[in-house]
Amino acid sequence: MPSFLLRRFLSIFPVLLAVLVLSFLLVRIAPGSPFSNERALDPATKLLLEKKYGLSGSLPSQVLHYTGNVLQGDLGDSLKFRGRTVTEIIAQSLPRSLILGSISFCLALGLGIPLGAWAAAQYGKSTDTLLNALALLTLSIPGFVLIPLSILLFSFYFHLFPPAGWGSWNQLLLPSLCLAIPFIGSCARLTRAGLLQTLQSDYIRTARSKGVPESKLVLLHALRPAILPLVAYAGPLAANILTGSLVIEEGFAIPGIGQFFVNGVMNRDVFLVSGTVLIYCLLLLFFNLVTDWLTALLDPRIRLSS
Amino acid sequence: MKNRNKIVGLVLLTLILGASIFGPMISPHGVGELSPQRLAAPSQQNWLGTDLHGRDLLTRLLYGGRISLLVGLVGASISLAVGVTYGLVAGYFGGRLDNAMMRLVDILYALPRIVLVIVLISLFDLKLKSALDDTFLAPLATHARLLLLFVGLGLVEWLTLARIVRAQVLTIKERPFVLSSRLIGQRTSTILFRQILPQILPIIITYLTLALPAVILEESFLSFLGLGVQAPLASWGTLLADGAALLNPMGTPWWLIMFPALALTSTLLLLNLLGDQLKLDKDSR
Repeated sequence: MPSFLLRRFLSIFPVLLAVLVLSFLLVRIAPGSPFSNERALDPATKLLLEKKYGLSGSLPSQVLHYTGNVLQGDLGDSLKFRGRTVTEIIAQSLPRSLILGSISFCLALGLGIPLGAWAAAQYGKSTDTLLNALALLTLSIPGFVLIPLSILLFSFYFHLFPPAGWGSWNQLLLPSLCLAIPFIGSCARLTRAGLLQTLQSDYIRTARSKGVPESKLVLLHALRPAILPLVAYAGPLAANILTGSLVIEEGFAIPGIGQFFVNGVMNRDVFLVSGTVLIYCLLLLFFNLVTDWLTALLDPRIRLSS
Repeated sequence: MKNRNKIVGLVLLTLILGASIFGPMISPHGVGELSPQRLAAPSQQNWLGTDLHGRDLLTRLLYGGRISLLVGLVGASISLAVGVTYGLVAGYFGGRLDNAMMRLVDILYALPRIVLVIVLISLFDLKLKSALDDTFLAPLATHARLLLLFVGLGLVEWLTLARIVRAQVLTIKERPFVLSSRLIGQRTSTILFRQILPQILPIIITYLTLALPAVILEESFLSFLGLGVQAPLASWGTLLADGAALLNPMGTPWWLIMFPALALTSTLLLLNLLGDQLKLDKDSR
């Protein structure tokens, strides 16, 4: 692993710690207590409850207590979903979100790259114009707009897919498409721009004049530099899909981590909020690290200069 | 050809903006006006139908457009102000300060900002409300959530602009006119905002047209989740969420879903189109 990647890897930890402390503080400072939205509790019971969960005493001492626990791998108990630890909730819900996200990620790239390459190959023709318009359209339709529309059309009108839930493959298709469609356009545009720029460069002209066949030219010579911007986009793409998943999970009633996060915020469920925010940050920082590594792998200039 | 696209886009956007501003005034229906015709399909009286409480959907859409566009404009302006100032300072002073400031941007880039905004907005709603109540700003207290949305979303989108502006300033600050301003002893703030800022104005305007749809999108995202604009206010996001809540296999009032979706998507599409055109113009120059 190159040293700059190692440095970035190590810099993840202070960031995570800061986010953890910040999210904990935010929820604790905010008005409303995790215990107050049920029947009115008498002060003594409330104090006991707070003591039990380590939420009594001064704020700094609470933060210290909580961070100490997290560093030992204990994310605390959920205050709303009684009897379940935050680790349990995350272990159960995160895989669902990750499956949904990975499928959408593959869909966005798998549909976006060929469409972009096709547009580049047809540069200047009407197919190109049409594909460009399509790309702009898909990236202007928010995923959550597609949710009710697709349920209305494919579940209630054509009866092709179930409108909600989790478990079987046909419950996966609509949500992952809704999540992916806004990003297909951006992938296609990046591919098209990258390919067009590369195909105009000197070394491609040299290769072409040497008589390298067109298909080999594109696949062997042009594609690697052309998809560099796309690789750099993969990190933000993964991040956008992960946060976009919040609303998709809500719309299709998928019990993923997003639903628990939103639930936690609404209920002042302090450990659940901090825990899920921590996981979100960890994942995003990880995606970025992988992106940097891939970029360095593909582009020798970056690799050598650092 | 390019110019015609831009003009058509601008005209359509002006139409949407104008309709949102003046539409509710000339509409025969009040925004919150209830009527016995609940969930009526589009007809001569209610062009786009009515909702669960018999309110006219067209009037509510126009009114919701006000909120959506307002949040977009204010949010984008805030991100503009923050991003430009940040980029100017980092780029102009350079060195260690620049390093530290840009490192912070890198870190924020990698964080799930919308997640943090959700935490911020939904937790501090009440706190801000009570804080405002005690001051002369009390009339604003009912709109505490809206104010938080402005600020929260404004703080999501400034990072890219800060990077772009910084990169520009790095080259501009070495140009002779900036050096001579320094030589004759102009104040740093004058140099930054009077000399350098006008040079990067075209980029800023292009960016504004791209930040606007981004903020509108985020607002409706939050509103769809029920974490954004709260009743009695409505935005395109909440209207769509209201429609989605009525999804029903035994017959869904489709107009409550189709029309908010259409309003939101067409506005985003037009804004993206305009931003694209401006970017193309700039690149080809």
